[in-house]
Amino acid sequence: MPHFERLYNFACWLTHDRQEAEDLVQETYAKALKGFPSFQSGTNFRAWIYKILRNAFLTSRTGLKATTTVPLDLEDEEGDLPAVEETPESILLQRSDGQLVQQALEELPVAYREILLLCEVEEMSYQEISDALVIPMGTVMSRLSRARKALRGGLQQQFAKG
Amino acid sequence: MVCESWTAKLDTYLDGEVPEEEMRSFGAHVRNCRSCSADALTRVQMKRAIQAAGKRYTPSAEFRKRMQQKIAAKPQRSVRLGWTLAAAAAVILVVGTLTSAYLGTRSGKDQVFSEIADLHVATLAGSSPVDVISTDRHTVKPWFQGKIPFAFNLPELQNSDFSLLGGRMTYLEQTPGAHLIYDVRKHHISVFVFQERLLPAKLGENSLSPKQLPFNLETWSQGGLRYFVIGDASTADIDSLAKLFRGAS
Repeated sequence: MPHFERLYNFACWLTHDRQEAEDLVQETYAKALKGFPSFQSGTNFRAWIYKILRNAFLTSRTGLKATTTVPLDLEDEEGDLPAVEETPESILLQRSDGQLVQQALEELPVAYREILLLCEVEEMSYQEISDALVIPMGTVMSRLSRARKALRGGLQQQFAKG
Repeated sequence: MVCESWTAKLDTYLDGEVPEEEMRSFGAHVRNCRSCSADALTRVQMKRAIQAAGKRYTPSAEFRKRMQQKIAAKPQRSVRLGWTLAAAAAVILVVGTLTSAYLGTRSGKDQVFSEIADLHVATLAGSSPVDVISTDRHTVKPWFQGKIPFAFNLPELQNSDFSLLGGRMTYLEQTPGAHLIYDVRKHHISVFVFQERLLPAKLGENSLSPKQLPFNLETWSQGGLRYFVIGDASTADIDSLAKLFRGAS
């Protein structure tokens, strides 16, 4: 089962529910099996199977709720996120408080959370992310930038809370 | 001010996505600029922190075993054949009522049609077939805004036998699209809209007979979009709804 553990981890981050994540992974493999003849050899299998998982998530109840509550194309929104000061964030990261980073990740809109996970945890190239999320390369870069900014903002807020 | 252009690209540089020729000059600048090197260090720390925090969930042994059993249960004559047979099994699970002949070797075009039939059946079998419930096209159409990467028109239904029940987002071969459900004389008809260029097979104009598919289906391409109208209603009703859509687009 290629990418099983990573797909499960990604599914948990998307759904915030282990049972839903299991259903999502199961659906992903069923769809991959069914659609495998359409997979073009020579193209990226990892991006392909993540795309299946994400599409399954987007059509699930949780996915629809997440994407209707918060617009998916956040880069089109007016207004910037809070300005980022380096100091608190650096101090926070130096403390290596993994729980705070997890919490900040959890609180991000799904569009930001998924792109950060694909880039930092899955270490996908921009091209792979573009394939998996079905968005242009330019959008990958702008969304990643905003996602990082949003995460820093979230960490700062937690830092301010003490 | 000098560093602004570097800072703007710092994340791209740290992601290893700056073109090779720029990497060297970028690296030289970061090494020699205290401000940029401090900034880079913070961002690397952030990347590492996300990486560590992101690897959070592991599947249970029970779930792993269950999945392995499901996969291993499929015939292993060859990898390719194994996947294909498993695909057929998956289709049987979803549709149930389709014949075994229908599940035989299919061309890319036939596979698209069978997938459309699957989507139609599976959706109507669900407890909540539509995610936006409205008979008003001016409510249903805007609901898709931001969910699918294209726009389409819904026809005016006054003086027709059709009524709109609602819509939902759907996927065909990993391509996002719109699924609309209409009612005519107690028959439900699905209308699917996808971007033509993203579909896996060239479809042309087709109208399938019930011998090939357990439903009536009409499909056409218009304005870069591919439309499918499918249901167990009469061919005349399917054709009428298709004409209304053609006229609206």
